[in-house]
Amino acid sequence: MLEINNLHCKIEGKPILKGVNLKINKGEIHAIMGPNGSGKSTLANVISGHEDYEITKGNIYFKGQEINELSPEDRAHEGVFLSFQYPVEIPGVTVTNFIKTAINESRKAKGIDEMPSSEMLKKIRAKASLLEIDSNFLSRSLNQGFSGGEKKRNEIFQMAMMEPELAVLDETDSGLDIDALKIVANGVVKCSHEDNSVIVITHYQRLLDYIVPDFVHIIMDGKVVKSGDKNLAKKIEEVGYDWLKKEKS
Amino acid sequence: MAYTEDELKKELETKEYEYGFYTDIDSETFPVGLNEDIVKAISKKKNEPKWMTDWRLDAFKTWKTMKEPEWSNLKYNKPNFQDISYYSAPKKKPDLNSLDEVDPELLKTFDKLGISLDEQKKLSGVAMDVVVDSVSVATTFKDTLEEKGIIFCSISDAIQNHPELVRKHLGTVIPKKDNYYAALNSAVFSDGSFCYIPKGVRCPMELSTYFRINQAGTGQFERTLVIADESSYVSYLEGCTAPSRDENQLHAAVVELIAHDDAEIKYSTVQNWFPGDKNGKGGVFNFVTKRGICHNRSKISWTQVETGSAVTWKYPSCILKGNNSIGEFYSIAVTNNFQQADTGTKMIHLGKNTKSTIISKGVSAGKSQNSYRGLVQVSPFAENARNFSQCDSLLMGNDCGAHTFPYIEVQNKTAQIEHEASTSKIGEDQIFYCNQRGIDTEKAIALIVNGFSKEVLNKLPMEFAVEAQKLLEISLEGSVG
Repeated sequence: MLEINNLHCKIEGKPILKGVNLKINKGEIHAIMGPNGSGKSTLANVISGHEDYEITKGNIYFKGQEINELSPEDRAHEGVFLSFQYPVEIPGVTVTNFIKTAINESRKAKGIDEMPSSEMLKKIRAKASLLEIDSNFLSRSLNQGFSGGEKKRNEIFQMAMMEPELAVLDETDSGLDIDALKIVANGVVKCSHEDNSVIVITHYQRLLDYIVPDFVHIIMDGKVVKSGDKNLAKKIEEVGYDWLKKEKS
Repeated sequence: MAYTEDELKKELETKEYEYGFYTDIDSETFPVGLNEDIVKAISKKKNEPKWMTDWRLDAFKTWKTMKEPEWSNLKYNKPNFQDISYYSAPKKKPDLNSLDEVDPELLKTFDKLGISLDEQKKLSGVAMDVVVDSVSVATTFKDTLEEKGIIFCSISDAIQNHPELVRKHLGTVIPKKDNYYAALNSAVFSDGSFCYIPKGVRCPMELSTYFRINQAGTGQFERTLVIADESSYVSYLEGCTAPSRDENQLHAAVVELIAHDDAEIKYSTVQNWFPGDKNGKGGVFNFVTKRGICHNRSKISWTQVETGSAVTWKYPSCILKGNNSIGEFYSIAVTNNFQQADTGTKMIHLGKNTKSTIISKGVSAGKSQNSYRGLVQVSPFAENARNFSQCDSLLMGNDCGAHTFPYIEVQNKTAQIEHEASTSKIGEDQIFYCNQRGIDTEKAIALIVNGFSKEVLNKLPMEFAVEAQKLLEISLEGSVG
């Protein structure tokens, strides 16, 4: 699904990623952890094609195709989805209108007709109930005045609607209370199946109790320094990152 | 590499004003220049009664003593009023019974504009009056309206056929001497639309006028008069386009609305005159005076989508004379490249318990300047007057400007006035968010601007809302900053 080879990247001239390697197969869930400023969010942004991040070395392959030069919208059309750490507000554009536009733009790019309204509505209802979202929410302006929890729930709702092949969840658990966390995590689990893959970026093991990863990677100073299974996340939760720094040096 | 903003800009710079074609219709155009003889000639050409000719001459006399206003936040070379032709009409000014008799070239023009008169006739519930250059060429649905006693025709026809109505109301809301452009219009107006809704009648369809400047070197001075008699209702739309030309064309219209007791008038405008090219060359000077008077318990609602014109000077206003009357102003003004707009409204509260609402949305891009100018005035007798004003500006890039000039004059202490204002920029983070969801940058801007303008777009009749949304998209192409 996704293969990243020796990826280096800079933002405003400052190197952030310094040789990341990562391979994710269909149907797998990977967790990425690491201290603040280690490059986790940068990795999420680079995968989704943010233009402020300049790739200086290495490659990203998605479904076997190199996507280094692909625009963010083309990557989205191909099936890459990013759940934003800080979702932006778009006043006057309802959640429904936004998701409808997003879905139809992707269909247009693939030469498919717009989704009929009845089908769209049915899908919206199904996915909204999955995330316990009520219909008032859908007619509010996108992220405007949303609580932290509502914003994240809305991100996962969009993911559920767009059915991406690769979902990158950037600190989706931050700002969530325990009930909201469960709803959001269950939503992710229900959407994941053998043909799609998920990258979960998080600081906390807590989320991984619900979204159980097949692999856990630790990023430090722009590199994957350790990979393992879900037990690696548990160890980090207990003892922190210091031992890895020592191991590294 | 991803599609960059620069590439987008480059691509879009080559896109041109879609309505910039010129139609080769055989026209009769007066020589340039303005004097008493020209005014008389226009009046004669239209076979007007003496009172009308005198009215024009009086306006002309006044105009000569007036000075062009300079208080606006606009910079432009003043038009040379002796360099303009004040009358141009398609030669085959026909006495049309049906659209089949319209000049085929003209029909082609409307096809290009995306207005099929034929379809209009058959399908939609819109009655339309079409004014090319100075003359009204076609009015649809006349018969259907006549059954209800509604008069909808060109102002020239109204002067001929309903002189008592015209004489009684013309210039009562906007006097000849009101301002420089209104005086000029009063002297030389060549055509426009007239509408009368009888007592208690709810107009069953949208009435619509489509204006187009076609000939080079001509000015367009149309005059619109809408009278809603007691307890009647009408929704009226106007649309405007012009060919792309290097020189500036002048458009100085006057629109007067009269809402008698318990009547309601909705007046919507989609103004898309040629805005000039990307270097600021050419474009229409749009100097328009629009005002309505509200009698007891009546309501006038102005909605405007202003995307065109090089320079816009326009303040659709309401005189809330009657008790419990309501005035509304909903506006979206979009400026791109070198366009300038100084637009807003005046709400004059004279009656008791009068209410007004002002929602103004300005979108500025390129090197354009966009100003809101508004007056809320409460007279000493206007007990319990209420006003709510909201002025929002959206900026794109670093070279444009948004300005707000609200004037509030309150002479009655029972008044409640609220004013809210905001300025924001389209953020790169918003664009990236949309991009990540598969929405390209151009579409993302359209989405954001439509969201920003929603409160106003919602006020437009359905048929126009879609056209207006498209216009917003076209106007802002290449404006990513």
